[in-house]
Amino acid sequence: MTTLNIVVCVKQVPDTAVERTLTPEGTLDRESPDGLINELDEYAIEEGLKIAEAHGGEVTILSMGPAKAADSVRKALSMGADKAVHVLDDGLAGSDALATSAALAAALTRVGFDLVILGSESTDARTGVVPAMLAERLGVPQLTLAATVEVSGAGVTIHRLTEDGYAVVTGSLPAVVSVVEKINEPRYPTFKGIMAAKKKPVRTLTLADLAVDTGAVGLAGAATGIADWAARPPRTAGVVVKDEGDGGSQVAGFLAERKFI
Amino acid sequence: MIGYKLGDEHEELRKSVEAFARDVVAPVIGDLYEKGEFPYDIVAQLGRMGLFGLPVPEEYGGMGGDYLALCLALEELARVDSSVAITLEAAVGLGIMPLYRFGTEEQKRQWLPALCAGERLAAFGLTEPGGGTDVAGAMKTRARLEDGEWVIDGSKSFITNSGTSITAVVGVAAVTGTRPDGRPEISTILVPSGTPGFTVAPKYSKVGWSCSDTHELSFAGCRVPAANLLGERGRGYAQFLRTLDEGRVAIAALSTGLAQGCVDESLAYVRDRTAFGGPIGRFQALQFKIADMEVRAHNARLAWWHAAAKMAAGEPFKKEAAIAKLTASNAAMDNARDATQIFGGYGFMNEFAVGRFYRDAKILEIGEGTSEVQRMLIARELGLDA
Repeated sequence: MTTLNIVVCVKQVPDTAVERTLTPEGTLDRESPDGLINELDEYAIEEGLKIAEAHGGEVTILSMGPAKAADSVRKALSMGADKAVHVLDDGLAGSDALATSAALAAALTRVGFDLVILGSESTDARTGVVPAMLAERLGVPQLTLAATVEVSGAGVTIHRLTEDGYAVVTGSLPAVVSVVEKINEPRYPTFKGIMAAKKKPVRTLTLADLAVDTGAVGLAGAATGIADWAARPPRTAGVVVKDEGDGGSQVAGFLAERKFI
Repeated sequence: MIGYKLGDEHEELRKSVEAFARDVVAPVIGDLYEKGEFPYDIVAQLGRMGLFGLPVPEEYGGMGGDYLALCLALEELARVDSSVAITLEAAVGLGIMPLYRFGTEEQKRQWLPALCAGERLAAFGLTEPGGGTDVAGAMKTRARLEDGEWVIDGSKSFITNSGTSITAVVGVAAVTGTRPDGRPEISTILVPSGTPGFTVAPKYSKVGWSCSDTHELSFAGCRVPAANLLGERGRGYAQFLRTLDEGRVAIAALSTGLAQGCVDESLAYVRDRTAFGGPIGRFQALQFKIADMEVRAHNARLAWWHAAAKMAAGEPFKKEAAIAKLTASNAAMDNARDATQIFGGYGFMNEFAVGRFYRDAKILEIGEGTSEVQRMLIARELGLDA
């Protein structure tokens, strides 16, 4: 079997545990808070590593982001990925999902891939559309919201999470797979991994390297804009259920309405 | 040159263990602690993270790191729970390190890979029911060579990690003869778990460190092959002096973690808890208490970093290790007392971390050399003899 070329897309996001702020343009301030790997992308990395371990293969990390995203790239390498590509260009600032997918697709075309894995959404923008956009731009199957991934021969099969269970979805390679947090338990880097990561190759590519038109990315290339924003209103009081014999069914109804049960 | 911060790789490791302690240990440890259960799951995960093999070269299954890396991991774990931290500390400091430093090539190849992976644990039997500080003079455990085998008789007290289902071997310090100067000749003998004549008593009921596995061991005509001698015959005393000096730095790091954990918990609490119309953190009485706690944790960290730096440089570090252990265990005890006071009634409840910290702090002034022993060592290093 040929060696699988797995590319995991990793986004650096601001730490969700700290207060996040917007720039005067209404985009997220990515400079001041600590940057972390988007949580779902950690599951994507783990899945990429597991597939590479099981089938033989190489895992490349692809990240688009400012200079400080290099820390997240390094962390992904310390978990065990083999090498990385960092798309770094001031012209990318303010990219929305559509613009991001343009830059990532160009980078993926450049580095080549059998399987692209990424988190199904990021904790900052939470649009959840980049995986589908990427697949469309690359002209390959998209298998999204995967709770399991099986690679066999030239195909990939996932359990796609749905509201009431899962759907089995199969596609041919190359393909784009997005994962949910049910899929695995991401590993913590070992000290050996941390030391080895320092020596792994990280290639930096600019928009010029990728021959991407600067008008297609950044704020210029964004199809969506921020018209207005406001702070989230303070949490309101919850619903108090008074048990007059039907308390249990009221609670069950409340939970069912929100699809918790 | 004086460094004030960790190198990149050590800082990455520290952050990684910090995240593990917060995300994996913190949510489950209160329950395990209450039940006094050994944290097998957590130990397995620590193993996969490579923490047991931190100071051991890769050829024996280790991470090729150093003792500083181990101490950083211990501090971060102890910020959340000391029984998990002491399980790692004893497994590496007392189980793995003597084997790695003093074992024969064959012994290292036999035991270290599984120990470094955290799949098995090793323990070290030194203290006896009748001997704490006077460990060598009061040692009653005897081992004699008979038909190519060591025959061991005696008992050991307070032996960490000695009775888990994954304990593989215990290093037993025993009197193996008399030295030319008339003092006892002490050697260390490796006794695999399950060897006939080796009995592990039910685990102790302890004031703290509830998830840590601690037993009294007894040996009655317990026979192991002559090849189970750890390193050289008669080197037992030197072996455990070295082991204890290193161990003091590790316990200082662990104590610093507890002291820091008290600061973390107290800070969060005084910002959240309200009284008389606002958060209690606005009261100077509590601000000063927390400032003092921060000072103690800070000084404890500087003390163990200094001892670890001297150790890493291959310089004598006995005095610095004793200073670090004394400073950090005082910090842990004082901070635990202050933190529980800040929490008021909740500080006396086991479900709050500071309650656990209070129970776990006391042993730090006793184990790995009491605070009195540390003062004695410091005085000796200053040239004051008895």
